[in-house]
Amino acid sequence: MKEELFVSGRNIPNIDPYLHIWHWQIPIYLFLGGLAAGILFLAGVYTILGKEKEMQATVKWAPFIVPFALIIGLFMLFLDLKHKLFFWQLYTTIRLESPMGWGAWVLMIMTPISIIWSASYIREVFPNWDWKFKFLFTFEAWVIKNRWFIAWPMAIYAVILGIYTGILLSAFNARPLWNTTILGPLFLVSGMSTGAACIILMSKNHEERRLIGRLDLLFIAVELFFIVHMIMGFLAGSQVQIDAASLFLGGQFTVPFFVFVIILGLLLPAVLESLELIGYKVPIVIPAILVLLGGLIFRFIMVEAGQITRYLY
Amino acid sequence: MRYAMAIDTKKCVGCSDCVVACQTENNVPIGFCRDWVTETVDGTYPNVSIELRSERCNHCDNSPCVRCCPTGASHFEDGGIVLVTHNKCIGCGACIQSCPYEARYSHPDGYVDKCTFCIHRVRKGENPACVSVCPTSCMYFGDLDDPNSEIVNVLKNRKFKALAPEAGTKPQIFYLT
Repeated sequence: MKEELFVSGRNIPNIDPYLHIWHWQIPIYLFLGGLAAGILFLAGVYTILGKEKEMQATVKWAPFIVPFALIIGLFMLFLDLKHKLFFWQLYTTIRLESPMGWGAWVLMIMTPISIIWSASYIREVFPNWDWKFKFLFTFEAWVIKNRWFIAWPMAIYAVILGIYTGILLSAFNARPLWNTTILGPLFLVSGMSTGAACIILMSKNHEERRLIGRLDLLFIAVELFFIVHMIMGFLAGSQVQIDAASLFLGGQFTVPFFVFVIILGLLLPAVLESLELIGYKVPIVIPAILVLLGGLIFRFIMVEAGQITRYLY
Repeated sequence: MRYAMAIDTKKCVGCSDCVVACQTENNVPIGFCRDWVTETVDGTYPNVSIELRSERCNHCDNSPCVRCCPTGASHFEDGGIVLVTHNKCIGCGACIQSCPYEARYSHPDGYVDKCTFCIHRVRKGENPACVSVCPTSCMYFGDLDDPNSEIVNVLKNRKFKALAPEAGTKPQIFYLT
């Protein structure tokens, strides 16, 4: 038997008895980042494929959410900071080794791109929209002409943003639950899935909903595969990683993880979308909302559970 | 130059003088600490062994906190001492997450704080506060690159271990066992 205790006493806020330095802001930030990445990736890809006409919600409507999602996400990151007035230092330093550092820069690039993208469509939504200045009209015309070229960096950066939401966590080897390279692809696919769900909610075109629904099914399948992979990897890992996996396999996060993420967030929407595919009438809103909630809860669980896992004590 | 600390677990009595000395020397806010003492009890009665350890930031050679800091506030000083520049720290908490020793905390003023090896004393040629007050003289502070230093001598002649070396951080606090 081995027992460890603090002789001198140690009860540091947010660290003892377990680490809890990141609260609700970070999972929301990661969720919104993934959602934005998913929408922009699909918008970019369908623009590159020249399907703007058929995929109106993907290319035009859903991207309107993205600037708001990214700005709220950045605001969440700001809320999380404890030394708020010094936040600008994120943008006076370039530190490629630090995921949070380059993530902040990726967001700095993504946010303007998403704003420009949405702005170029704003006159299709509000035909009477007036840009007030002539150079803005010129710029708009230039963007509309070059959408295909903007779609490329947008889709690529969307993938980087989606992966970053996972890498932000996986870079910490002191948190065994996060310290797995699969977390980057896993959060990317989860983000794609939530992005697709968002598009389904906004689309009025049956064909488009069907196509994105099928894509979402693929994302869900890949996500499930990655989750199984992640847990298998933990179980084949060192003791700290086995302990991390046990949080989901009988530990305190078992019920929320399996009920809300696996069953309600992934399996049920997958079943509903499959039923829709083989011809049953299913209100597509239900799987879409389940996927969105599942994605959000998944990030909350990963952030909370990861902070419990540790090496010492 | 590579500063490090060796702590004799056979001589430590767990009095917590090092903790109080640090809090006094560095004006550590009430309720926080930069160092702490743990007691590990191994085995079942009557075959038990007790180990007392005074713990703090390990000033790792491969510091995850320096690596993940987005602003460069966490950095290396001369001799490998890991420091936080207060007015560069944005309080994002990444370094706290990255530390396997839980050695960092969020100071009530917003920035992240931790053991500095009392760099202000070391630069004057003095020992860190915890080392200088230890009533059993169980702590040795010095330069690993200086073959004549006390710490090199003691590490040569005794068995020692580091905490969680499997975390891959190359910690520089050694426990004589």
